[in-house]
Amino acid sequence: MATDTLGNQIVQPSEHGHDQGHDVQAHQHDHHDAGGMKVFGFWVYLMSDLIIFGTLFATYAVLIKGTAGGPTPSEIFNLPFILVGTMLLLFSSFTYGMAVLAMNDNRLGQLKAWLWVTFVLGAGFVGMEVYEFRELIHEGFGPERSGFLSAFFTLVGTHGLHVTFGLIWMLVMLVQLQTKGLNAITRPRIMCLSLFWHFLDIVWICVFTFVYLMGAMA
Amino acid sequence: MSGSHVSHDDASHGSVKSYVIGLILSIVLTVVAFGMVMTGAFSTLTTVIVIVGAAVLQLLVQLIMFLHMNTKADEGWNLMSFVFTVKILVLVIGGSLWIMQNLHLNMMLD
Repeated sequence: MATDTLGNQIVQPSEHGHDQGHDVQAHQHDHHDAGGMKVFGFWVYLMSDLIIFGTLFATYAVLIKGTAGGPTPSEIFNLPFILVGTMLLLFSSFTYGMAVLAMNDNRLGQLKAWLWVTFVLGAGFVGMEVYEFRELIHEGFGPERSGFLSAFFTLVGTHGLHVTFGLIWMLVMLVQLQTKGLNAITRPRIMCLSLFWHFLDIVWICVFTFVYLMGAMA
Repeated sequence: MSGSHVSHDDASHGSVKSYVIGLILSIVLTVVAFGMVMTGAFSTLTTVIVIVGAAVLQLLVQLIMFLHMNTKADEGWNLMSFVFTVKILVLVIGGSLWIMQNLHLNMMLD
């Protein structure tokens, strides 16, 4: 059961996969449980990451009124812009799901294609966020302006950094799929990145609701 | 181990259908939330209730449809660790707000 992490087991290579000898198959079977444990261990890491985001949300909630004469949330948030970024991240979460389905069917080419689509969507999201931050800092509303802006940049920036590292990880996986192909080592890695990527979209739901939407209303 | 493969495949493995349903529900919930705030057609209280409700629903949709969270995978330890984390989050966020609110009132900062 340990391999059934979140329902996406690390499936054994089927007849579509590379033609491997029996020893290799048996060897991979040994890794079967280890792969599942890796993915579960990564899940536990994500739970601790969730607590980091929780503390940053708490900090933001405490500091939101501390504008120190600077701009209030509703003055600096551009909702249509945020909606586009949100859609990019949401679709990238979906396309990563398609990548995992392709992996489960041992379709390496499709897996790589979906990873590239996910990468482009994720890069679009990060690009929009960098643009937003640059504009704010340009107008003199950088993190040093007020407690509210410090907390805002820390919370949204931490999420953006996570997405950036997800993108780097995705590139590494694309290289590893090119050189190693799908095996007992690369499959759990794709599954861990899957958890990471879906997790970041889930955190973003809280960001756009509690930071941007609530902020724009006040 | 090999037996569980067969029995789990349909239920929790994820399929194109479950991802598409998850995507459509997420889009609808996102657009509803943004639409409520951007049009400003409703009272503040109604808007807050609806967007928080939409966020909670979308969290559940993505946890189930994208992350395939359920009570069976890993003998429920995924769910168990998540529930534990949510408990910590409630303590950290709720506690922070409670304490700071008290501090704010007692120091009469306004």
